[in-house]
Amino acid sequence: MEKRELPFLVVLALPVLAVTLAFFLLPLVRLTVIAGSGVDGLSAYTAVITTPRYLESLFATTVLSAAVTVVTLAISAVAGVFLERNRFAGRNVLISMLTFPLAFPGVVIGFMVIMLAGRQGLIGEITKFLTGDKLVFAYSMAGLFVGYVYFSIPRVILTIMAAAEKLEPALEEAARSLGASPWRVTRDVILPALKPAFIASGAIAFATAMGAFGTAFTLATNIDVLPMVIYTEFTLRANIAMAAALSIVLGIITWLVLNVARSLAGSTVAAAG
Amino acid sequence: MRRTYRFYAQLGFTLLVCSFLIVPVIMSVMAGVTENFFKGISSGVTLRWVVEVWDLYADTIFLSLVIAIACLACTIVLGIPAAYVLSKRQGRVARMIEELLTLPLAIPGLAIALALIITYGGFRDFRSSWVFILVGHVLYTLPFMMRSVLAVLSTADFRSLEEGAASVGAGFWRRFFDIVIPNCRSGIVAGALMVVTLSVGEFNITWMMHTPETKTLPVGLADSYASMRLEIGSAYTVVFLIMIIPLLVALQLYGQPKKKQAEHFDDLENLQSSTAKSGHMRSRS
Amino acid sequence: MPQGTSIRLEGCAKTFEDGTRALEPMTLEIEGGETVVFLGPSGCGKTTTLRIIAGLENPDDGGRVFFDQEDVTDLPIEHRNVGMVFQSYALFPNMNVEENIAYGLKIRKLPQSEISTRVNEMLDMMHIHELRLRTIDQLSGGQRQRVALARAIAVQPKVLLLDEPLTALDALLRERLRVDIDELLRGLGITAVYVTHDQAEAMSLGDRIVVMNRGRVAQVGDPRAIYFEPEDAFVADFIGTMNHINGIVREGYFETEGGRIALRSPPEGASEIFFRPENATIVEASKGMLAGRVSAAFFLGDRTRLIVEGVGQEKLTIETDGRAKYSEGDQIGIDIDPESILTL
Repeated sequence: MEKRELPFLVVLALPVLAVTLAFFLLPLVRLTVIAGSGVDGLSAYTAVITTPRYLESLFATTVLSAAVTVVTLAISAVAGVFLERNRFAGRNVLISMLTFPLAFPGVVIGFMVIMLAGRQGLIGEITKFLTGDKLVFAYSMAGLFVGYVYFSIPRVILTIMAAAEKLEPALEEAARSLGASPWRVTRDVILPALKPAFIASGAIAFATAMGAFGTAFTLATNIDVLPMVIYTEFTLRANIAMAAALSIVLGIITWLVLNVARSLAGSTVAAAG
Repeated sequence: MRRTYRFYAQLGFTLLVCSFLIVPVIMSVMAGVTENFFKGISSGVTLRWVVEVWDLYADTIFLSLVIAIACLACTIVLGIPAAYVLSKRQGRVARMIEELLTLPLAIPGLAIALALIITYGGFRDFRSSWVFILVGHVLYTLPFMMRSVLAVLSTADFRSLEEGAASVGAGFWRRFFDIVIPNCRSGIVAGALMVVTLSVGEFNITWMMHTPETKTLPVGLADSYASMRLEIGSAYTVVFLIMIIPLLVALQLYGQPKKKQAEHFDDLENLQSSTAKSGHMRSRS
Repeated sequence: MPQGTSIRLEGCAKTFEDGTRALEPMTLEIEGGETVVFLGPSGCGKTTTLRIIAGLENPDDGGRVFFDQEDVTDLPIEHRNVGMVFQSYALFPNMNVEENIAYGLKIRKLPQSEISTRVNEMLDMMHIHELRLRTIDQLSGGQRQRVALARAIAVQPKVLLLDEPLTALDALLRERLRVDIDELLRGLGITAVYVTHDQAEAMSLGDRIVVMNRGRVAQVGDPRAIYFEPEDAFVADFIGTMNHINGIVREGYFETEGGRIALRSPPEGASEIFFRPENATIVEASKGMLAGRVSAAFFLGDRTRLIVEGVGQEKLTIETDGRAKYSEGDQIGIDIDPESILTL
């Protein structure tokens, strides 16, 4: 059956391949090529490495994304495992609440951060009430950080919950039968078992944070994360080659992270949301 | 059931995280439907902000819907055959194609948008139509439809269904339309929900690619946050939430492609009776 | 090696959250050093009982569990010092064989030198020395089982609890390992509670067998007692093959479709008799106590097994010499050893 099917399969695959070729592959190639050209005949790529502004942005974005990933993983691990293994009234409501922001675009999340920590934000009101000083951090790195964590949690927590569901209870019982306290069971059995999920969802969180644009755009910070720099290069400075080069660099980093994680974690990386 | 200290500590933590996520949403909903945000609910509930939003941004809402539906249509037409092909072939070429088709997930939306603008920006009509944005959306959401359908197609169940159909004489196209497609129902539904939800909320690609004539809801949202008063932005967010919440609920309920045994065999029976009716066994193609 | 911790269950019952009554109140004494096998079909409560002994489940109010004289009912499993072998072995995939075996010892904070000594002892005892550095996924089923045993014994537990440890293995391996486990349990002299649904396993390993059915104990006894003197129809049927013949007792005879048998002291109103295949002999058609018709014949090498109909409502299973040949439809006579006939 296999060989005879081949022509039909090719027919089925043609439309999607054509679309991908024309609208994805070709443009990407053009982007890469254009990035190769640049001011003074120097490739824009080298400009990426040599210009402090771009390097700083790259560095800041990477550090931010890494910090966001770690914090999100920690929060999601505790909440996710807890929700997965306990049944109580209102559990489903909590799970819905945690996964509900999944579809929010970055702009909305930026708005949420403003609601929490902006000039008229909730935290500002609370701190003013408690200490007399209003705490406003929406428009700083802290605000950006909070926003990134906000959109990372739903995705990561879903993956972790799915993995927690597959945990073998016998393993924990075996550890307990050997005398392990709950903390040791978590450390020696549960966390190692969740490692693939951590790697997979952590990689996605990192990649998403690196490429996130809407949140930074709304918060209009002075911090220039890489996507913002790309945007300003293209729209405000009409520096197409530079924007292209930065995009390619960003794309390569993102792609690399996802691939390394995939080979470390083994099975398919779950794009849960 | 014995509840330990640990349980309550973890519960407290989880509740804290939940409130972190939900409280701002509630706040913005309230801001969008009360007279005066600063006075709070005591100032009265009103829809005037929402009405104003409608006056200003109704076209963005329509456009988002149009694009989402068109995106769904495209991903169905392109994605289902792709998933089927990938489920049938295991070789290196197939895996490379799978890699290629899921690549848009690994590349930041900004880069994809930039690439499209650079390549096709010269085509005036294309560049300024909503179809331009549609292309970006399709590239971004296609892998989700594909994966969802592929997950259902990869089950062992499925292989035996096809072999069963072939054994009663169904040829390739017959099998594809009578057996494959109906039996991926759950995968298609899950994928469809995903695609529509993602398309409605897509911003990164759309912002780069939009023109003043082709603004989607998220683009409008960004505008309003930047230039309009808090109440308008909040009301607009409320409208967005109204659109997106049903989708999210549906995603939770139907988002996991699970196959029900009964569905398979109904289709097989239908096929058997229809091939029998046609009077002769078609030769295998 | 601490030998002979006795176990006592007093009125232990278990009802689960969803209302399932898994275990009716059970009282049982297990002597130190004894190997007791809980045997029964799935759902009979045997695993629940084991988990109550282990401390993974709490008995319903009123139930108590004692190790020697100590009431351990309120002690969770972490503090009961039991060794447990699970059906799926539950070996830690993030540790190699050595680390798995050492885990319980590490928890107890023993000095490293002592841990090494004990681990080596275990590796030797189980003959798995060459596997010490392997990861779990590199082990076969039989090897995993040995590691699981080694890990459970390494901590010198008071009792050893085994939850269907051989069920996941193929038949040949199962028989071989059954012998090994038997040797091990005898050699250690440890109190062991073993759960299985395989009666051959139960009979060969158990000093005593507890046959369970639907949350209740059906019978407790040593293997011979269970086999030769089953107390009710369930136990009789569950162990080995048992034939039933239905009929009526009249004037000292048990009468049925295929004939009649003189019973020693026929109980009044008995309507069924039981006997095992090996207690019946095939004789000429007209010369036996009962007469029947062969419906199928199976050559098993050392025996021929016949399925016989026409004697009572159900078909009988009779075994005879391997060299005898029978075919479908043959008329035969059946004699049953009167000593072995059971009325239950």
